[in-house]
Amino acid sequence: MKQKLQHWVLILICGSMLWLGLGCQQQASGEVEQPRIRHVLERLSFGVTPEQMQQVEATGIEAYIQSQLSPESIQESPKLENSLAQLDLIQADPIELSKKYYLGQRRINKNLEISNETKNKLQKQNQKQNQKIRQQAVDSRLLRAINSPRQLQEVMVDFWFNHFNVFALKKSTILWLADYEQKIRTHALGNFRDLLAVTAHHPAMLIYLDNELNTDPNSSVAKGQFKGLNENYARELMELHTLGVDGGYTQADVVALARILTGWSVDHFDKQENENGFFFYENRHDSGDKIFLGQKIPRSGIEEGEQALDILAAHPATARFISYKLAQYFVADEPPSSLVDLLAKKFLESDGNIKVVLDTLIHSPEFNSSEYYAKKFKTPYQYIVSLVRTGGIENPNFKRMQGMIAQLGMPTYLCATPNGYKNTQDAWLNPDGMLRRIGFATAIANGSLNKEYSLDADKLRHNLGDLSPKTQQVIAKNPPGLSNALMLGSPEAMYR
Amino acid sequence: MKRRKFLTAASLATAGMLIPVGLNSWVAKGIAQPTNRKRLVVIFLRGAIDGLNVVIPHQEADYYKARPTLAIPYPQEKNGAIDLDGFFGLHPDLQDLMPLWKKGNLAFIHASGSSADTRSHFDAQDYMESGTPGVKSTSDGWMNRLLGQLPKERPTQALNVGTSTPRILKGMMPIANLNPGKNSTVAIPTDHAHINKAFSSLYDGDDLLSKAYQEGHQAREIILKELGQEMMYASRGASIASSFVDDAAEVAKLMEGDAKTQLAFMEIGGWDSHINQQLIFKKYLPDLGRGLATLVKGLDSIYPDTTIVVMSEFGRTVKENGNNGTDHGHGNVMFLLGGSIRGGKVYGEWQGLGESALYEGRDLPVTTDFREAIALILQQHLSISDDRLAKIFPGYQLTGNINFMA
Repeated sequence: MKQKLQHWVLILICGSMLWLGLGCQQQASGEVEQPRIRHVLERLSFGVTPEQMQQVEATGIEAYIQSQLSPESIQESPKLENSLAQLDLIQADPIELSKKYYLGQRRINKNLEISNETKNKLQKQNQKQNQKIRQQAVDSRLLRAINSPRQLQEVMVDFWFNHFNVFALKKSTILWLADYEQKIRTHALGNFRDLLAVTAHHPAMLIYLDNELNTDPNSSVAKGQFKGLNENYARELMELHTLGVDGGYTQADVVALARILTGWSVDHFDKQENENGFFFYENRHDSGDKIFLGQKIPRSGIEEGEQALDILAAHPATARFISYKLAQYFVADEPPSSLVDLLAKKFLESDGNIKVVLDTLIHSPEFNSSEYYAKKFKTPYQYIVSLVRTGGIENPNFKRMQGMIAQLGMPTYLCATPNGYKNTQDAWLNPDGMLRRIGFATAIANGSLNKEYSLDADKLRHNLGDLSPKTQQVIAKNPPGLSNALMLGSPEAMYR
Repeated sequence: MKRRKFLTAASLATAGMLIPVGLNSWVAKGIAQPTNRKRLVVIFLRGAIDGLNVVIPHQEADYYKARPTLAIPYPQEKNGAIDLDGFFGLHPDLQDLMPLWKKGNLAFIHASGSSADTRSHFDAQDYMESGTPGVKSTSDGWMNRLLGQLPKERPTQALNVGTSTPRILKGMMPIANLNPGKNSTVAIPTDHAHINKAFSSLYDGDDLLSKAYQEGHQAREIILKELGQEMMYASRGASIASSFVDDAAEVAKLMEGDAKTQLAFMEIGGWDSHINQQLIFKKYLPDLGRGLATLVKGLDSIYPDTTIVVMSEFGRTVKENGNNGTDHGHGNVMFLLGGSIRGGKVYGEWQGLGESALYEGRDLPVTTDFREAIALILQQHLSISDDRLAKIFPGYQLTGNINFMA
């Protein structure tokens, strides 16, 4: 009886130690499994929390992975939904925002009756409104990244938003930003062709990469800013969104695709009452036949564009390019080619089913190889968000978070170039950035994101997982007041 | 930082070479070259300054026709332009620059700019900073590529004045940052000895994080030492002091002193004058002039070895609009300043302001590519060889159309 009790006590202790991430000598399988669990959680989320570890403890890691791959199966946090509902401009209809903005601009530019003072005021109002929209967009992105139980979905929003990057300050892109991101979120683990369609028809993209101006130079309406062909979107659509720069297309293909996409534009004033802001202006469209990537595209108006998107989405170069980028994001800065090959094959077999590709990736020997554990250097966004999650900081000051991320060189929605922010170490590890990270880690440890909340060193230690002997040593020989700063600024906190 | 460079740096350290970790270890030193005293400052006027009202073609009747309310009056008139060469004149709010013009240290290139035809601020700035007009996928900036072609010196060799690294300085080479305005010498956590001590012992290894921390901290220490208390109190007291003028004084100190800053980048925003342009000019232009004069004065002994370039993403419409402003245009004016500039001259091919001479019938054309001016400075002033130049401005060939270097 006594022995039995001892046995149970031992199991309980082992169980709780395992839960605490300390490992347990008696459970050999736990020792192997624990680092892998941590690795999966690190790569599939924005930082490990006790809630996640409890969940894995309860259901096992495989069930966790499967639930993350099907975000719709996870109940969104009511607290999060409540916070999001308060962001009125994010909830607002972008078409209404656009109409209001452009009517305001027209008053400023065309109406000679109103004084310059009034115009200045109107201009300022428009600018203020746009700043508020961006502020709310950043808040909502951070709210979700920190709090959503659908962590993999949010990680994929980070991935896809950078893949299909738009820049908030280009013309009126800002007005469409929240809608654009929400649509990316909806398809983040869906089908690639659907995701491509969303971006290709979205005002945010059409404005950002100038396709809204793309016009057949021989059409009767070709004048002013609509004077001719604009290749910008067509080029990036192949180079950055699908085939990749070495994807085997030529300048002639760029021109052909630009001609195919003439007339794909935005109805800023909602004259056509089209619910998505997209409008195909037939009179700007080049009505000739085209040859694109060796295929004849007979003239068929807007259908030509759809056909081109079909070709691009199903192209082996696209499968390879997307697979490479996913492997780089989830596995290693220089991903093993065996993995890229496997993912590309799955991508083609599944007709671009992102969930299938990710499922394959997560279960691949490469992803699970311990040589890649804790080797991805966090981007500034990942780093700051992870400090908040790992530190369990409630109601953090988003404006400060945003400022920190911006000062580390990654202001949210403000990557001006279409290739989006990189996620590799060589892009983000440099002396100035490192000094800033340490500064922010120290500030956060001292309550800069929430004065009311003080970090608990034991909890933090537990959430961070195994600290290296070096880190432990340095913590031990410094005053306890610096423990939290040292942990938040440790290599363990900077790699995932 | 590119992986290859990283590996070189890492392998040097692990091979046990006796280089003190820090100063020289972030990247392997380039080919041994004598220390280069030459300096370059680039000042970017974001928002597109109206160059036609900065360097005014007061002998063009079309100028006055196109700008009934905004034109700067003739030199002899009230608030008129300051005559430069009998044809062009300088905006009166830039009078602080006149001594430099007279000394022959200041030149302008009119009708210059980027070959890309965009009228979007962001695209145009992006192209000027990447140094590859029309190519959006360039990920680094030309000043960072330039730094990569210079012999490596102190961690403060390249300096940005700003809260985050701008496009022009982005890339694989590490740079130092100086916060603009009153925040430049406000303490950051690692300025406190006990915090630095803790992190210095956490990051005392040969790994990349350690090297980054050490070099970052070193750069910071150099800057603090150079700017010190004296600087904090000397220019910061006056409440109306402009941030740019103060920043210019600090940049000068870092270039002239032990920080040995060789490349510096500064920016002034707010030039997008669609409405009430006069107010905008009144607000910013005097500071630009005073800041440049302060910079020149502060550079002191190093001034003869310094070249200063002022540029903006594009010019503005020749005609004023209905709101006392001007809209996005094309060609603009560049400022060149320094000990080795053949100044006292307005360079560039001037084709007049008649409608047929204008770009798309409305804007000053670009007759000098901005890369022509900068590449010439890099070649003549910083002794960058042609093959290195090709790495900084890929695809650009110097035409040799203008030569403003003494």
